[in-house]
Amino acid sequence: MQFSLTDIAKKNVLAVQEYSLLAWSSIANIFSSPRYIADTFQQADIIGVGSLPIVVLTGFFLGAVLALQSANSLARFGGLSFTGELVSLSMVREIGPVLTGLMVAGRSATGMASELGSMQVTEQIDAMRALGTDPSKKLVTPRVVSTVIMLVMLTVISDLVSMAGGAMVAVFMLRQDANQYWSTAWQSLGLGDVVMGLLKPFVFGYIISTIGCYYGLSARGGTQGVGRATTQAMVSASVIMVITDLFITQLLLNFFPFT
Amino acid sequence: MDQSNESHEPVIVFEDVSIEFDEKQVLDRLSFTLPHGQTKVLFGVAGAGKTLVLKLALGLLRPDSGRIFVLGNEVTAMKEQDLFALRQRIGMVFQESALFDSLDVEDNVSFRLREERVPREEIDKRVTDALRFVELEHTLKLFPSELSGGMRRRVAIARAIITNPEVLLYDSPTAGLDPVTSTTIVELLVKQRDVYKTSALLVTHRLQDAFTMATHYFDYDKNKMLPVPHGWDWNSNTSFLVLKDGLKLFEGNASEIANSNNEYIREYLSL
Repeated sequence: MQFSLTDIAKKNVLAVQEYSLLAWSSIANIFSSPRYIADTFQQADIIGVGSLPIVVLTGFFLGAVLALQSANSLARFGGLSFTGELVSLSMVREIGPVLTGLMVAGRSATGMASELGSMQVTEQIDAMRALGTDPSKKLVTPRVVSTVIMLVMLTVISDLVSMAGGAMVAVFMLRQDANQYWSTAWQSLGLGDVVMGLLKPFVFGYIISTIGCYYGLSARGGTQGVGRATTQAMVSASVIMVITDLFITQLLLNFFPFT
Repeated sequence: MDQSNESHEPVIVFEDVSIEFDEKQVLDRLSFTLPHGQTKVLFGVAGAGKTLVLKLALGLLRPDSGRIFVLGNEVTAMKEQDLFALRQRIGMVFQESALFDSLDVEDNVSFRLREERVPREEIDKRVTDALRFVELEHTLKLFPSELSGGMRRRVAIARAIITNPEVLLYDSPTAGLDPVTSTTIVELLVKQRDVYKTSALLVTHRLQDAFTMATHYFDYDKNKMLPVPHGWDWNSNTSFLVLKDGLKLFEGNASEIANSNNEYIREYLSL
């Protein structure tokens, strides 16, 4: 079967349209009944509590390695005392949200795509519609709401744990004063840093969950199609998240410039 | 399980319905009517558009042209959000059962009741009734993966009938099953037709199932399916619709299809 450029363009425009409709309805559903509160809590448990170990582990060791690397560079300029500040600013403003987002994308976007994809190819989604239940309300909105809320919480935890990792390196390996580390780490954070650190996971959570659900619900072609949807969900969520990160950062720098 | 629809207007009406996929005309100006209380059997080779007819009737797909009425509602003019309420009055049995594989039998069968926030005690009673109807009341806590193909179909039937739908859509409920299990399923369909007077569209490849439906009735007192006695009008409750190349090739009762001179139908019947 041959595809012209027009066919490819139409297919992509259709995909963007379908994704936009799904993303919009996932929000609009919050304001209309029925609302699936129990499903939302169940998803929050799967996404949030389930992701906690990998977020804590990666956050802690990334904070530690960041402290090690930055201390090495800062020592050349006699700025070893700024280790805590550098770790906390880097983690809260940028690395914490992106790292946590990537971890959750790897775990949850793929999970959503494979679960919903399996339901799609085995006609369970059609069966749900046939039973008079809106899959968008029952399956998509609980996942989107819980991912957004849990990603914000996981990011805060990741930030704290990474600073603790940095502290471990600074105190036990670099022989810095613990009070100095924590006071510089804490005092360096301003309102803009916190806003940036909390707004990013909010947006990333929305991107990860809507993309995971979109690829799942558009899966075609049996188990191979589900595998393809899972891979595409991970790749697309990660790439779009990182690209969006640039724009959010630039936008927020206009409101909260570095002082 | 009383039927709420006491009117005798047609349950399903297709008016010049056409749809194509990948530039192939799958249905071409298809028109037919399903009268109240009747079962219409859809025949046709694979790819003839039989399952498509069921999905169109449910509003899961939209035709390119034509109009479809179900229970007095024009499905083709309704928004997806409005269709959910209508679908609650229709029962659908999918070809591969389409049971929710992460839910056990009890939760699968009670799915719609839980969506409607029916009290727990009533749910338990109705689930037991529905599973007793398909003789699977011992499978409450089993998951679909732990059931045989025939049992899954019967659970799917229980899920479809639990809310006493006004119309049932069966998509090849006996496909791939052994003759004994097939007969059990057909008996359930006959029971639903004769005891609860539910209108139905039945897609099947198996001629013997369709003719069994036409030539048998369900004896409520003896609780089993029996051949229609001599002298009864056995053409009144089951009709046949044959599709070929997107067109309606035949529509009529069992006697008419059995005596048809159409070469394709003769060949189909002789297979």
